[in-house]
Formats: sequence, structure tokens, C-alpha cells
Amino acid sequence: MFVAAENTQPCFKGFTLILPAVAVGNVGQLAVDLIVSTLSMRRVGYIHTDCLIPMAGNNPYASSAEDAQELHTAAEVYTEAEMKLAVLQIRAPIIQTKSRKFRKLLVSWIKASGFSRTVVLSSSHAYQRDDQQLQSDPLRYLLTPALQKLCGDALKELGWKEMERVAAFPGLTDTSAEPRLYIPGGGITKGLFTDSCAEELPLAVVLLFCSEGDNIPDSFTLLNHLNDWLHLQAKPSQEANKWKIPSSWRLLFGSGIPPALF
Amino acid sequence: MATFFGEVVSVYSRAVEEDDEEELEEPEEDEEIRRELEERREVRLQWSADVGEMLSSGAARLPCSHLILAVGSNAARFLSVFVLHSANWDSVGHAAFWNEMTQTASGQAGPEAGCVFYRNKDSPSVLICQMTSYIAEDQLFQWTEKVFGCLQQRALNVTVLCDSPVAEYKSPDYVSSSSVPFLRSLQTSACSGTGPRSGTAPCPPLEQPNIVTGLPAAVLSYCQVHHIPAIAYQCYSDVISPDSITMETYKPVLTRLGKVIQLEPLPNADVLRKFVTAADCRSNLYI
Repeated sequence: MFVAAENTQPCFKGFTLILPAVAVGNVGQLAVDLIVSTLSMRRVGYIHTDCLIPMAGNNPYASSAEDAQELHTAAEVYTEAEMKLAVLQIRAPIIQTKSRKFRKLLVSWIKASGFSRTVVLSSSHAYQRDDQQLQSDPLRYLLTPALQKLCGDALKELGWKEMERVAAFPGLTDTSAEPRLYIPGGGITKGLFTDSCAEELPLAVVLLFCSEGDNIPDSFTLLNHLNDWLHLQAKPSQEANKWKIPSSWRLLFGSGIPPALF
Repeated sequence: MATFFGEVVSVYSRAVEEDDEEELEEPEEDEEIRRELEERREVRLQWSADVGEMLSSGAARLPCSHLILAVGSNAARFLSVFVLHSANWDSVGHAAFWNEMTQTASGQAGPEAGCVFYRNKDSPSVLICQMTSYIAEDQLFQWTEKVFGCLQQRALNVTVLCDSPVAEYKSPDYVSSSSVPFLRSLQTSACSGTGPRSGTAPCPPLEQPNIVTGLPAAVLSYCQVHHIPAIAYQCYSDVISPDSITMETYKPVLTRLGKVIQLEPLPNADVLRKFVTAADCRSNLYI
């Protein structure tokens, strides 16, 4: 359920929505963090639901001591009105038995808010790629039929690769089994995509094959790729890194080292 | 994963499994079992006769100006030792819930339950809730919805005391053992305004990237979304069982709530002994 942060309901009509899928290496969530922090987006509301594990912390995008003390929750919506851009950041895992309910909730909220298009940032297990997927770069996209009409050609021009349907039984030449969409480790990505196809939502999935570890470089790769399409930043991304790393990314590998060690 | 000694430990992974089975139509029988399991995990609030009567009469809610919630053994026992033993408190209800960590199917009832509510005899709008048992992740949201659904929220102030192991605290400097236990606070936006509470926090705010999880996080999220002033005080300690030094850390928090809650200057030794010895590790190595 969407709850506005202030008394007035924000208007999302015609906005582009970017949201992460909680997936391998949290690449989508890291990329969304970079977008919010770089564009200094404003929090306009929360997704308050029983489908996510609760968590709370102080401002993850704090730039000074003054704005550090501000409570943030598991799922929040940010906007940048001039760019007509909205972002949903999800900071907690989805409760396993409630993933279907969560997808339904997202789809109905997206529909009711009138977003012009939705982009899901996701990732998938690199080790589960098949032979053809192994031979090319690790970025893929998926478009629902409703969005295919609008920007299918634009993505083809950019030279993006569509996510391949893989054989249901690799190695067997059984023509009766249709190739299927397979996104291992992608969380709700596949479900959200198929739901959106059924609901005729204009939705795109942009995903990256990766392995768990330090996934910060992966998030930059995914975001630079996305930037080629959406132009979140005017400057070409190949130049010096223009994305702003939020303060909450500190200490990713734990606390300081005890001085007594040396 | 199996370790050197052969025991199987679960490994935390950020990978998310795609559950293909879920997409399939499930037989009716499975759905029934699933529904029964869900029903079993429901959180049920049981109030004492007079409170129950008040709540059931129309849409009335329990008047409440202060809710003090203690989560974890040290926080809960701190209230037992310094506040609740003064005989000025009535037990007015408890929350019963079942999950894989609770021992009996029905959940313990009465004062021994894992989650008990107390009301002050002199100022009945002050409530204390002690939570000592494990509440599962899928029950947290339900708990907050049900408990706050029973309370009047107009003038409500929430204080949460909670425990956390110091191993989970992240800091660029090494945390030496002489500095634990220590407190960190986290407050909702409704708090940080120009209320009487702002500016005089007894401890520093919780630094990023540290977060609060579990029931305190569920309560803070609820209060943030519903514009209720709430502060959580997280105590980082290196002792997991109830321990008097860790309990002392919470004292400055309650001295600030002085008008609301009478804090005994000294801990009640009998109550303290009861909790501390119960948690004593009984080893037969040096009999």
C-alpha cells in the first residue's frame, strides 16, 4: 500500500518508474541507490506492506550531519519532478510466502498511479547461463508487448540484446517443449514481467548476469547501460564516473581493524 | 553447508531462488494446509476483562499517551528490575502467537507469556510492553497493526528499548570492549520536529550503515508512516543473557521520561537475581 510522506498525494501521471528486483548480488538495489543519490531525489512516500521484512535506519543518502538523522524504511518512493522520474527503492527481502501478493500489489499500484513506463533493474545467476549467453556481454532486456510498440526499435538501435528464451530440457531435441523464460536468482523479476504482460503494462526489465560478491562494479555497469537509454545524466557515462556513491555504502566489509593486531 | 565437525549450518545468501513451482496451480488440499498454517501463525491479543470490555464497546480504543516497548531479554528485564516491580503496574493483556521458535503450540499464557502489556495504576494512559520471545518476520507487521489498532493515536508517544549484539555494530573505528555496552537512537520524522524531545537525546543517533531490524523496525516503520512520534534506543552489548551492566545503559532513557515513569534508583536485587541466575550457564566441566 502506498502512503504519501506528506499530506498531499503526489501525482505520478506520465512519470517513468524505476524499481529494483531483490535479486542476486542486490545489483538492482545498488543501482537505484546511485540514481537517488546522484539526482538528489526527494522522498514522497512509502510502500507500507506486510510482504517485506521490516527494517529501519537513518538517512542512507546523508551528505552532512544535519540531514543524517532522518528515518528511512524498507520500501520508499522518490521523485525528480523535472525529469518526470520516480524511483521505488526496496531495501529488504520479500517474505517468501508473500511474493505473489507483493507482485500483485506492485502491479496494481503501477496501474493506478498512471506511470508511462516501468523499468525493473534486475540480475541473474551468471553460472546458470547457457552456451550462447556465455559468449556475449552480460546485459539483457525484456519488453512487455505494450512497451515493445513504444520503444522496441529504440533499444534495437542501441544494440541491446533481448533475454534469450532457453530450452526447457537442454540437450534434448524435443520440439514439443517450448523454450521458456528463465531468470534464476532473479526473485520476482519473471513473475512481475509475466504479470505485466497479462495486465498490458508498459514494463521493461534490464538485467545483468552476475555472481555474488562485491557487486558495486556490477551496479555501475547496469546503470551506465540504462543511462544509454534513459539519459538520466546528460554527460556521457564513459567519461569520469559521475554517479555519486551514497554514504550508506561505507563499511561494506565490516568494521575497522583492531589496532592491537599490528 | 556442513562444517568440519559435520553439523549442518545454514548459510546466509543474498541470492534469491526463483520458485518455479509457485507458478503451477496447486491442489486444493495444499492450499488448505497453507491456509491452516497461516491461521496458526496469527497473532492474537488477549486483554484483561476491563480493557477487553472497553475495546469491544463500539469503536473505542485504549487511551494511551506513552507506550514503552522493550524487546529482547536485557531491555525487558531492565523494566522488570527498575520499573515494574513497584506494584504500581497491572498486567492488562498479552499477545499470543506461534512460530517455529515457540515451544508450545498454544503459546504460554498469563504473566509468563512472551509478550505482556502492563498499565500504570496512577496514570492509566501509560503502557509498557515486554517482548521476550521470538517473533517471526511474517508476524511483525501483523503485531504492529493489531497492537496500534487498539490504541488511541492522537497524543501517542512511543519509546522502544531493544538489544543488539555489538558484533553487528559497524564503525570505521575498532569498537573496544571497554566502550560496550552503549546506546544509539533512531527517531521518526514526527519526533524530530519541535517537540519537547528533540535536542536532548541521551545518546548519539544510529550511524549509517547500521540498521534496526525485527520488532523495533516494524514499530518504527508503522510510526513513521502514521506520523506518530517514536524513538528507538538500541543497546549494543557483548553479553547475550540478562546482565546488570547492560541494563544500566537504558537508565538515562527513562530518567528523561521521569514524569511518566517512576524509575527506582536501585535495581531490585531479588528480581535481578531471579533473571540473572536463570540465565547462568550450567556447565558440568568443573564440578
